[in-house]
Amino acid sequence: MLEFFFGYLSLVIIIFSLLVVLSKNAIHSVLYMLVMFFHVAGIYLLLQAEFLAAVQIIVYAGAILVLFLFAIMLLNLREELSAEQLTDGWPASLAVVAGLLLTLMLSLGGFTTTFNGSWSPEKIKEITFTKALGQALYTGYILPFEVASIILLVAIVGAIVLAKRRLN
Amino acid sequence: MIPLHWYLWLGSIVFCIGIFGFLAKRNIIIMFLSIELMLNGVNISLVALSHYMQDLRGEILVFFIIAVAAAEAAIGLAIVVSLFRNRTSPHVDEIRELKG
Amino acid sequence: MNFTDIHTLMPEIVMAVLALAVLLSELVIRRKETVGLLAIVSVAVTAYFIPTSFGTVFNGMFISDGYSVFFKFIFFTCLILTVLISSRYLEIERSSHGEYYALLMFATLGMMLMASAGDLIVLYLGLELMALSLYVLTGFIRHEYRSNEASLKYFLLGAFSSAILLYGIMMIYAQTGTTDINTISSVLTEKKATVSLLLSVIFLLVAFSFKIALAPFHMWTPDVYEGAPTSITAFMSVGPKAAGFAVLGRVFLVGLYPLQINWIPLLIGLSILTMAVGNILAIQQRSVKRMLAYSSIAHAGYAVIGIIAGGNEGVSAMMNYLLIYMFMNIGAFSILILMRSEDFLGESLDDFKGLAKTHPLTAGLMLLFMFSLTGIPPTAGFIGKFYLFKAAVGAGYTWLAIVTVIFSAISAYFYLRVVIYMYMHEPEGEAVSLSGSPSLGLALLISALLVLFIGIYPSPFISFARIVTG
Repeated sequence: MLEFFFGYLSLVIIIFSLLVVLSKNAIHSVLYMLVMFFHVAGIYLLLQAEFLAAVQIIVYAGAILVLFLFAIMLLNLREELSAEQLTDGWPASLAVVAGLLLTLMLSLGGFTTTFNGSWSPEKIKEITFTKALGQALYTGYILPFEVASIILLVAIVGAIVLAKRRLN
Repeated sequence: MIPLHWYLWLGSIVFCIGIFGFLAKRNIIIMFLSIELMLNGVNISLVALSHYMQDLRGEILVFFIIAVAAAEAAIGLAIVVSLFRNRTSPHVDEIRELKG
Repeated sequence: MNFTDIHTLMPEIVMAVLALAVLLSELVIRRKETVGLLAIVSVAVTAYFIPTSFGTVFNGMFISDGYSVFFKFIFFTCLILTVLISSRYLEIERSSHGEYYALLMFATLGMMLMASAGDLIVLYLGLELMALSLYVLTGFIRHEYRSNEASLKYFLLGAFSSAILLYGIMMIYAQTGTTDINTISSVLTEKKATVSLLLSVIFLLVAFSFKIALAPFHMWTPDVYEGAPTSITAFMSVGPKAAGFAVLGRVFLVGLYPLQINWIPLLIGLSILTMAVGNILAIQQRSVKRMLAYSSIAHAGYAVIGIIAGGNEGVSAMMNYLLIYMFMNIGAFSILILMRSEDFLGESLDDFKGLAKTHPLTAGLMLLFMFSLTGIPPTAGFIGKFYLFKAAVGAGYTWLAIVTVIFSAISAYFYLRVVIYMYMHEPEGEAVSLSGSPSLGLALLISALLVLFIGIYPSPFISFARIVTG
């Protein structure tokens, strides 16, 4: 049963990732991306990470993609549609990427892990994933957490600095 | 139980599709989306590893990657907006060329 | 971590708080120079907390040791010099906004975190904090197309390399079960080098090569350095590059040290290619700013030799080189800023024609910085290269040292060409009018004095670097 779900989710993810990359129109790409993000959230659910699934949908689908759509609409990139879609060197890129993918798949094939931490699926089920992640973030990982907050602040300041209209 | 390497394969496929999109497309927005694809490939692998290793670290990193991706999107789109406001030439793909 | 360990994090906390204060101060303070002054004061206050900061907190996630403190010293000096050369320049570019200084401080905070990161998660976040601030600063002259374009290129390549870095981190995590750099090292000592381990090393190496602009991952550098505001180019070519070297050193010489046999050939290849690309392409440039961009690529190639040589000797030589490079490079960029005035770009080689006749002092300073970048004694550049060669020879890479000497000789051609244009050509057209300011003068004075001082009496700096790495 789980295998079936995994098969469905990964098939959709791969097809829609390809569509994102191959579509001519950026708006279509964003919408394909939306479908793809929902299915990635499904993968997270399979892996018992329900909080990340929610974040995936709220932040990626809800915030980032809306921002993309907003920017595309604002810019009205009509001429992009008629422009050449792929770079001249695309066959070379394809060859490089295919080689890389093959190497990665071969080296990752049959990969199993021998490491066993303290967070077994039963334990996570007992205290819920959200609580486990929250506790880790606010104790051992408080430093990166605070850094992330500064990063978001810089993003706000930076976006305003760059995009606001020129005064005077 | 699904073998771990299925997830890692899925992650690497999405990551490589992202690399291809970044290298081969001319449209800036799609290049940008390709980077998000690469990040999603990494995220899938990290969550799977974390789950199978029974360790929270990978999932914590995914949480931070999503936060940074949001910040990156805000800055990146602000840059695109300021660029297109000052654009003099109508040819978008000129921007893509690195004179290296 | 207990609250009693807070002193270890104090410099970062103070820096973050003061950066916020500087950001807010723009609301009340009209004169932007005052905001810049506040930024300099903030750096001084932050530096005050450095001597008491030694220690390791958060289970090794954050390390404040001699290595990181030396790099923080470079970042602070770089920030102060950048602020000094910025204020007048931003007015000329009509982009004088207070956020500039706050963003510089946030970028420095990111670099401090990178230098102190004992965990790949902190490393990634520090790197992103630095990078995001820099994308904005690169596009800071927002009414100028060149600056926007540079910012976009930097952003796309930066985000791409971050994604590659994350894939590398993921692969390391898969094989060691941890992201802690020290633990990675101890796990790897018991492991054999497999294909997937090598792949993860390659991913990390590619990502870091993007960040410190090693060839063939340098393509973004010339365009970005040329398009960015000159003050930011000066900053980028020194601070963030040093931060990149700090993490390269920590990750490769600590975390991946057990795989040294595998990554040293890769790093040697990158180093030689970088020196070749940087030095040979610099010859073709007519723009001095672009020439300095290629020169910065070449210098990264030299500094990598310190990591290849490894050990106390190699690392301290690399750190010293970055310190010396800071003074000579910011000095050279200060001259470019001095040449820039309202309707005059002052970046082309032709603009330097006959400068010695019209402005002898400026030409003399440029001569000093060009000599130092070439590595001619008694300037600091010579000392930096000398200790790198010594480390390389000591580690058994005599041939690499010889290759470096050959490329340094090639570099003399384009550095000294600037000198020839200044001293042996007649001035053309109207004399260049300089736009000096007291703060720019101070920055030039500091850089020139240190280039000379380190060149003549290097031992305090050399022994300082030896002590902190020892």
